Amino acid sequence: MKQNRDVLWDEYQTQLKKEKKLVFGWQIAIFAAFFILWETASRMYWIDPLLFSSPSSIFELLRHRLMNGSMFVHIKVTLFETVLGFVIGTMAGILIASLLWGSKRLSRILDPYLVILNAMPKVALGPIIIVAFGPGYFSIIAMGAMVSVIITALVVYSAFREADPNYERVLKSFGATRWQVFKEAVFPSTLPAIISTFKVNVGLAWVGVIVGEFLVSRQGLGYLIIYGFQVFDFTLVMSSLILIAIFAAIMFKLVERLEKWLIRHSA
Amino acid sequence: MSFLAVNQISHLFFNKNGTTQALDSVSFSMKEGEFVSLLGPSGCGKSTLLNIVAGLIKQTEGNVLLKGEPLHDQDHKIGYMLQQDYLFPWKTILDNVLLGPQISKVRNEEIELEACHLLDEVGLPDVSSKYPHSLSGGMRQRAALVRTLINEPEILLLDEPFSALDYFTKLKLEDLVAKILKTYKKTAILVTHDIGEAISMSDRIIVMDRQPGKIHQIFDMPIELRDERPFMCRRHPKYQMVFDKVWGSMNEIESAAKGGGT
Repeated sequence: MKQNRDVLWDEYQTQLKKEKKLVFGWQIAIFAAFFILWETASRMYWIDPLLFSSPSSIFELLRHRLMNGSMFVHIKVTLFETVLGFVIGTMAGILIASLLWGSKRLSRILDPYLVILNAMPKVALGPIIIVAFGPGYFSIIAMGAMVSVIITALVVYSAFREADPNYERVLKSFGATRWQVFKEAVFPSTLPAIISTFKVNVGLAWVGVIVGEFLVSRQGLGYLIIYGFQVFDFTLVMSSLILIAIFAAIMFKLVERLEKWLIRHSA
Repeated sequence: MSFLAVNQISHLFFNKNGTTQALDSVSFSMKEGEFVSLLGPSGCGKSTLLNIVAGLIKQTEGNVLLKGEPLHDQDHKIGYMLQQDYLFPWKTILDNVLLGPQISKVRNEEIELEACHLLDEVGLPDVSSKYPHSLSGGMRQRAALVRTLINEPEILLLDEPFSALDYFTKLKLEDLVAKILKTYKKTAILVTHDIGEAISMSDRIIVMDRQPGKIHQIFDMPIELRDERPFMCRRHPKYQMVFDKVWGSMNEIESAAKGGGT
């Protein structure tokens, strides 16, 4: 029996590895096929290389611009704005949710306004934000934060409200104040829900920042897209898109790590 | 003067569709160290009454006096045990148990030692640094008992604390709680659906009627049953006799409700 068990276990392991290899193989294949097809289509003039560029010219541009350092400033600016927009938007959302929880009356009064603000496409407020904060980092960071703040407030507030009232009852029987109830029971019990808004907000912050850069900026990946579009340099547009894809993915993964870490250390 | 006096408590609940009378002039009093059970069908206002005594809701009429003084929520001389343990999953057992002292900002080493001692006493040694999810239901409820006792409450309010446990654990815990209450001479009110539990644990049983909640009948337990531990109580010759009386009383309520067309 013992030996048989080991054999079966080995079989199971090989099976798992095989499946993993297969999935990874397909992922690589799709990746390669896409770029090869793109390159070929561009060289054979199936698509207009002026409009759709080609992987080789994008690679060449990226190599050149990364070597001479002229790309870094744009990457740096966009990352800075996105991270700050994400942090500010999320924090402000949680803060608003806490205030709403703190005063039922306030939440009742503000309810219709929050609904309208939430339904409103935030990027439509772009021009007004730029007028208010001036054409600079401030406006773009504000855009990045704006996109996520209301939805965070609503999601976190509803999580606060769904916290089990019996924890509150236990605390009240010890004479806890409302702030203590929030700190000891409501906030920690909704932490998983709060953390799950992080992942959504990272994506939203990118939307706000890129649109902000479209509207007003002299630096950043969003600026490069608009600039490339205006001077008809689609290799530049595509290069910026690829950089955005890479950095957005990295940021998403980092937030995912943070989420796992926080959940492990709070439960 | 009685230790706890509940005087003419009436309570109304308001909602959009109107008002519901939950309690109608309920009065009783308790001596120090006495154990009283509130027994009755669902909706008879037992839990409402408990919440009023705990000061968690304000009664519409009447008053509750503890040693002749009206209860204020700032005294926290009331210990509360609920149907489930409601231990905070993100806190260790020790931090859970010391929640009361932490809230009133009196947590210190002395009280931590006291907590460990009490945990030992309820049969939970070596769990203080563990988290609630690694404990069984019975163990968790015992930790919740310690969390209540550490605040040295004058009165313990037990809101069906055994109802979510399996039968075996429940009987063991009844014995433990009865023993602890005797040792520390605590006054307690138990809300329950379980006639056997009420008989085996109490000195007195108050059977309540519903809609509105009011006292239907009061049973003083025979002296032989009072001093016996709950498990032995259930095997006492007098147990069945008391059970039948209480059963009869509960039946009256049910048939009256049917007769009333509700």
